[in-house]
Amino acid sequence: MGMNRDCLGRQYAPTEPYVVTRRKIVEFADAIGDTNPIYRDVTAATAAGHKDVVAPPTFPIVLGAEGLDMVTADDELGLDFTAVVHGSQAFSYTRPVATGDVLNSVTTIAEIKALGATEMITLDTTVTDEDGAHVVTASSMLVVRGDAGEKGQ
Amino acid sequence: MGTESVTSNATPAVRYADVEVGTELPPQDFVLRRGDLVRYAGASGDFNPIHWSERVATGVGLPNVIAHGMLTMGVAGRVVTDWTGDPGSVTSYEVRFAQPVVVPDDDEGTTVSISGKVTEKRDGNEVVVALTATVEGRKVLTRSSAVVRLP
Repeated sequence: MGMNRDCLGRQYAPTEPYVVTRRKIVEFADAIGDTNPIYRDVTAATAAGHKDVVAPPTFPIVLGAEGLDMVTADDELGLDFTAVVHGSQAFSYTRPVATGDVLNSVTTIAEIKALGATEMITLDTTVTDEDGAHVVTASSMLVVRGDAGEKGQ
Repeated sequence: MGTESVTSNATPAVRYADVEVGTELPPQDFVLRRGDLVRYAGASGDFNPIHWSERVATGVGLPNVIAHGMLTMGVAGRVVTDWTGDPGSVTSYEVRFAQPVVVPDDDEGTTVSISGKVTEKRDGNEVVVALTATVEGRKVLTRSSAVVRLP
């Protein structure tokens, strides 16, 4: 049982870049109930110094979704996604994600550790733009619960 | 989504010079209902059934369907971005999910209360904000903070 430690450091990169649209940003802002005009209105966004409508700080989780799917589909790793809850999450931004961005993401297995019957895996997703410039790094720690319902979301 | 507090987006941008360690951000309450979880699943692409199926959630030992951690993190971030006025002010943001946010299948939903306080002023106009998120007085986020760059 348990995840294969040989997979530590393994990288997963979606082949297609993610093209950020204003519609998707609005959809995401609506889903967190945020009516900030900077997520919706070009005039408000440019007045705040942005090139176009920008995305909420937690939006980059969408950019890591495909990488996460690749991780969970990796049979060699053996991550039981039905037992997974989210343990912690961190974002480090060089700049906000903006409408029109064409973004590449690479997800790396940064850490695997065990605590009793529970295992934890940390996935770091680095997001860069068309010029190769860093936009944001997202770090997700997932808990594979040996004991149900104690922690995490 | 039910926001019980009045959220004004005409927030005057807070300035670095006006902020002190101990400055409190305006707290907000957010009501999460089942429909909000379904909407967030669609927007985020996270269709894990523990966020919409009572059968699956209780089957893995949870008390009921739970909110996506990222939804909790998303609404908590609103307290920060409503305060600064500009989401581009955020240079880092991190949370630990201490306990699940259980969302019953009813009209009342679950109220998540978010508050924030400035814990540090750094060079380069950066300010550290510690965030607290509670449901019925119990902390659902711990070790949670955002760093913002202010004018």
